[in-house]
Formats: sequence, structure tokens, C-alpha cells
Amino acid sequence: MVKTILAVDDSPSIRQMVSFTLNSVGYEVVEAVDGVDALRVAKAQTFGLVLTDQNMPRMDGLGLIRALRCAPAYRDVPILMLTTESSEQMKSAGRAAGATGWLVKPFDPQKLIEVVRKVIG
Amino acid sequence: MAIDMTQFYQVFFDEADEHLAQMESLLVALDLTAPDMEDVNAIFRAAHSIKGSSGTFGFDDMMEITHVMETLLDKVRKGELALDTERVDACLRAGDVLRTLLGAHRGGQAADPAAAALIRDRLNALCAGEGAPAAASATPLVAPPAVSAPASPDDAEMRSLEVRFVPEPHVAGQRELMSNMLEELARLGSVEVLEEPPPDAQYGQWRLAMCTRLSEADLRGVIDFMAEPRSVVILARSDAAAAPPASATAEAAYGFFAPRPAAAEAEVEVEAVDEEAAFGFFAPLPAVAPPAVPAEPADAASAPAKVKADSSIRVSVEKVDQLINMVGELVITQSMLQQSASQINPVLFESLMSSLVQLERNTRDLQESVMSIRMMPISAVFSRFPRVVRDLSQKLGKQVELKTRGETTELDRGLIERVADPLTHLVRNSLDHGIESPEARRAAGKAESGTITLAAAHKGGSVVIEVSDDGAGLDRARILATARERGIVAPDSLSDAEVWALIFDAGFSTAKEVTEVSGRGVGMDVVKKNIAAMGGRVEIESMLGVGTRITVRLPLTLAILDGMSVRVGGETYILPLNYVVESLQVTRDMVHSISGADRLIRLRGEFISVVPLGTRFGVAQAQTDWCAGIMVVVEADGLKAALFVDELGGQHQVVIKSLQANFRRVDGVSGATIMGDGQVAMILDAPSLVSGARRRLQSVA
Repeated sequence: MVKTILAVDDSPSIRQMVSFTLNSVGYEVVEAVDGVDALRVAKAQTFGLVLTDQNMPRMDGLGLIRALRCAPAYRDVPILMLTTESSEQMKSAGRAAGATGWLVKPFDPQKLIEVVRKVIG
Repeated sequence: MAIDMTQFYQVFFDEADEHLAQMESLLVALDLTAPDMEDVNAIFRAAHSIKGSSGTFGFDDMMEITHVMETLLDKVRKGELALDTERVDACLRAGDVLRTLLGAHRGGQAADPAAAALIRDRLNALCAGEGAPAAASATPLVAPPAVSAPASPDDAEMRSLEVRFVPEPHVAGQRELMSNMLEELARLGSVEVLEEPPPDAQYGQWRLAMCTRLSEADLRGVIDFMAEPRSVVILARSDAAAAPPASATAEAAYGFFAPRPAAAEAEVEVEAVDEEAAFGFFAPLPAVAPPAVPAEPADAASAPAKVKADSSIRVSVEKVDQLINMVGELVITQSMLQQSASQINPVLFESLMSSLVQLERNTRDLQESVMSIRMMPISAVFSRFPRVVRDLSQKLGKQVELKTRGETTELDRGLIERVADPLTHLVRNSLDHGIESPEARRAAGKAESGTITLAAAHKGGSVVIEVSDDGAGLDRARILATARERGIVAPDSLSDAEVWALIFDAGFSTAKEVTEVSGRGVGMDVVKKNIAAMGGRVEIESMLGVGTRITVRLPLTLAILDGMSVRVGGETYILPLNYVVESLQVTRDMVHSISGADRLIRLRGEFISVVPLGTRFGVAQAQTDWCAGIMVVVEADGLKAALFVDELGGQHQVVIKSLQANFRRVDGVSGATIMGDGQVAMILDAPSLVSGARRRLQSVA
């Protein structure tokens, strides 16, 4: 079964790049523009993987992860943070919120594919 | 498989443009004595977004600048640095440099690294915290977002709401989940628990008081995620005014929360880190990722997924233009059909006729909606003026407040781009020549700070843009004196409007000293020319000591024109309706001659030169007897002329086709169109016909 991925980022160009990259290797991608939007989308459909930016208006990545982890359907869904900040502080905040892992921005499309494959095959 | 990154550039360019514009308008509007943290955050986010995407797409020069900017703004956010004029200036300058870099990347050229390095160093120096930490402004920095915060794209008014809901059973049973959720809600504003079910209850209603900027629908979306469907009720709080300030509530509300349990995942202290640490996982991944999802395929298939994930799409302008062009053709085809149908028996072909009526309606609707795609709010232009006014008033040592009205007024995208320069010129002129120095204003009994108002509105079929100031007003005597100095014929009997029109003469300037800002007054003539080229007009009203108002009238769109068809010999011409004053049949006694040839008509005491279109365009079999045809009086640039034609056709909306693609420019003709019967008709260029008539008259007189 093709896994559907939720890509959350407030930047249209990053969203487009992520979608295109993952589409090109056969994943389906649904986009959301920020945490609030992502929750709305996540309510309607359950995803196999969530990729989220950290810095977004209205609700940021950590907030989204915490909110998602409240729902049983998202208890075990892998969530990756795509973030420009790779400090220990950010990592521990991500871990505490319930993120599965992180990927530092800027990233190369190949790297994204590699990481996503590691997570959901 | 390599992925070509260049395909994403266009979206990045547009996005970066938007962020830069937002950053600039926020920076300019920032009140340095009490900066609104929401705004600083928004500026930070804009810089951060540009940094993230420019890095991803390999525009490292832009990434480096935004990185330093981000560091600076982050320090401001945390109260470690004060935001002073110098830092705001540096940020604005950085925005300019970014825009230049963006332009260079867009054009596929190498950018100038020197300017980038310069601004980076400047920001770095400011970042290093020379200057006192923000001790003085610490208090305003942590103050709750001001209620009167200027509207920025993503912040609405802070509203006080009461939220009621019943959590889904699995959430209700686990208090830690609830506290997670409350914490999340607190991030969206502030939360106070008004009522909660007893700790052991499996089911019960929560009642929360929230202050948030989130729209009701968005808030509902967040809560819906964990609540029983249909149990969510959101009410505006009647005691909103009495509600304690946001941050205080938030602080108090936090006290409610049970200590946050360590996240389940944290127990596993294994961290799988990639060799370059570019990514990592907090827990070992299962060998084969299990389908962790309680998948509901049927649900997924019918998923109303992508619920408005993105409510707009980006399309290249060429595609839209192509669409508009095709709709134009459709309009023509439709009117051809209508013309042919007018010759058949409507009773025999009743259903055909009703289909044609339907087609007409649909075509018109289609045309309207397609045209609306090209429409943009004028705020796209207005938004650049706060910066212009700020920079210029600083340079001139004047105090000016800029007010804008009607920013949502829409006009054609093509016009938006072209009207920006003339408007900038007018605003600079107002600031330079109109608004007086604070001393002069005080002496004149005015407030020290002057006001420039930009207003836009739809009036009839046109868009009216006004640039007005409460400055010194135009000086009639000085304009007349200067005009005479320049050898322009300017009798005292000229009306005020005619005197004001003199400043549109090339090379005219009344400023006592030539200033760096608005130069020698070259420009006003260019302003007028540019606006006329868009089919628009400029008018001036002014009163000495009170102020000046310049009104620019533009057609709504460039692609369609309201015209009057006139016939000359076998030819049809289209005259843009906005130039037509009246049409009449003249009698012999109204015709006057100069140098033995008929040249003028006298209408209500006014002499008007006549342009016989048949002669002008060399049409065979055109009417030559002035008393047998029709005179159409047109006015352009304040001058009148009468166009002599055989007969009037009617009013039409015509789709403008450019001739330039296939022909050289023809004087007196601005374009062409295809009429309902398939015939090509030239669109007349009234201003050039009128000024041509005047020139010829002067040469024979």
C-alpha cells in the first residue's frame, strides 16, 4: 500500500519541493500550511508519516507534534521535524514533544528520500 | 535520480518577494518606543522563511544575510537587544539587498557579492550588541500584544471566547493528554479552565475561557481533533472587556496543569544519528516499519482530504493572458453567431435562439470571471509608499504622516505595474514641493506634521486614485511667472485648472531650488504621458496654503474597451467612449475657414478644429460635405477636436488587439478589434488625433 505523507510547511516552495520529491519516488503527499491547518487535514485522514517544519505561524512544529500525539491514531505515526535549528535544545524539545526524528534544513532532495525510506520503507 | 531544483525556483521567487514586502511594511510600521512583539515575530518569521527556502534552493548569499538578520531579530525577541532606528534601517537595507539578489537570481545572473557582504557585516556588528541591551524597552517588549496592533496578514484581533466541548472518550480518560491539549491551546493565545469534569469521570464537559487571534473555524479545527464531534461550542465572551490581560491569564492558567509526564518515547535513550548529523531518530526504527496506522481504506479513499490546504494557486501571467485572449476570441465568435442568427426566423428556430441567448449570458459571465483573475488590489502598489515616505521625509527633515484609503480597490494587474512609477513620482512631489518644513507649517498655523493621503476607489467604469497633501498648495503667480520665463504663452486670463495644467509641460519646475528628490520637474510631463498611455487622465486641484489633490483616473482593464463605432466610407472605426463629449450635425453657418479651407466649427461660441477622418486615413467614398455627416466632439488632454464621420454605429464593448506585433505604429490608431460581423475595425487614438489637429491648425494659421 502506498503510504500517504503529510507535509507541513508555511513555505510554498519547500512544500512544492517536498511533494515533488516524494511524489517522484511513489509516495502520495498531502500538504498543510501550518500546525492548525495540519490538524484539520489530519482529522480527515490518517497519514503514514508526518513531516513538519518547526517555525510556522499560528501553530509551530512542536505544537503540532504534541497535538498529534494526543490522538490515538497518531500515537505511533512517525513524525519528522524539518528544521533549520539543529541545536541540542531543539532536539530535546523535539524528542520531548514526541518527534520520531529530525532532518536539518537546508536538505538535499536525495537526503529526504533516503530518510523517508528509512522511516516508512 | 537527480532532482532538478530549478523547477521550484519560480515559487521560491514569488514567495521570497511576498516575505520581503511583508517584512518591509512591518519594519516601517514598527513603533520603536513600544514594538509589538507580534510584529517582531512576524518579521523574524519572514526572515526565517527566506533563510530556510533560499538555503534549500542553493541561494547561499540570501541565506547568509537572512541568517544574520534572524539572529539579530531573535535577540530582539528575547529582549537582549533594543530595536533602534539604526537596526531597523539596517534591516530595511538588508531587505533591499535581498531584493536585488533575488532579482539577480531571477534573471539568472550572478549577484554582486560586495553589497551582500557589506550588509552582512553591518548586521553582524549590530547583532554583536553594540548599544545597550534593551533594558529601557524591556517592559514594552514583554507586554501583551497591543490590542491596537496594526493589521498584518496573519494577525487578526485578539478575541475573547468561551469554548465548550466534550473530549473523545480516549482523551477524557487520560488527564495527561488533556493537559497536553490545554498547553497547546495556551500557545494559541491564553487559556483559563472555567469548568472541568471531576478527575475520575470518563465523560464530561470542559469549559474554557480563551483569548486568541485564531479564527473561530481554525480554533474549531484544533479542538475538533480531540473532541467529540458536534460537542464543540464556541461563544464570544460577553465579558470580553473585563477579561484580564492575555499574558497574565496565561501565566495563571499554567498553574493548573499537572506536571508534564516524560514523553513515552524519551524512555528509550537510543539515538540513531546519521554520520553527518544532518538527521537522526530519537528511537531505533522498527526493522520493517509496521503499518502503525489503524488504516481505514474506505475512509481514506473517500477522504475529503486536503480540506482547503491551500486556497490559492500560482499561475504564470502568460497562462492567464492566453486565457483572456481566448475568451476574447470567444466573445467575438459569440457575437458573430448572434449577428447571423438575427437573419433567421426566430419562431421557426426558437430553441436555437434560446440557446444563443444562453450562450451570450455564459460568455459574458465567463469573460467577467476571467477578467477578475487579472485583478489585483491596489494595496500591491500602496504598500511601497510607507517606505518611500519614511526615507524621504527623513532626508528632507519633514514630518509626514501617510494615510491610505481603499487599498482593496482592484485593478488590472498590468495597470498595477505601470501605475506604480507615476504614483511614486506624485507622492515624492507632494513630499518635496507640497508639504512644508515643520517651521514653515508652524508659522502658517498648521500642525507640524503634514499628511499625504493616498486613496483609491471605483467610480463608474474607472478606477480613481487620489494623491493629496495638506501642504502649501500650488502658487498660481509663480507658475505663471515660470511659464513665461520658459517661453510658454500664459495669459493672466487662464483659469486655475489651465494654470495647473502648465506644470505638466516638459521641463517645468517651480521649486526655487532644484532638489535631489524630485529633480527639475521633469517627470510631471512623464507622469502625464505614462498615465495617458494607460488610457487614463490626470487632474489637479489645489488651493494656496491648504493643499493639493492630484486625481488619476484609469480604465478598469486594458483588454476591453467601451467604444463607439463610427462609419467612414466603407470602414468602421472604434472611438473610446471616455473621450467622446457629444456628437452633432452641423449647419453651414457653424463652419469656419482658415486660409480658404474649412478647418473649424463654432459650437456655442467655441472654435473647435475638425479632423475629417476620411481625409485623415485616405478612405475612398467618404462623405465630404460637413453638413451631411456627423461631427463627434472628443476631448483629450484638455483639448477638443471634432472628428468628422459619415455616420454613428453604436456602442460596443470591444476586445483590444494590438497591431504592433504585425505592423509599425500608425499615428492616430491605437489598436484594432474584430467586430461581431467579423470585420476588423481600427481603434482610434483620440489624444493623438486631437493634438495632430491642433498642430495642423497652428501650421496654417
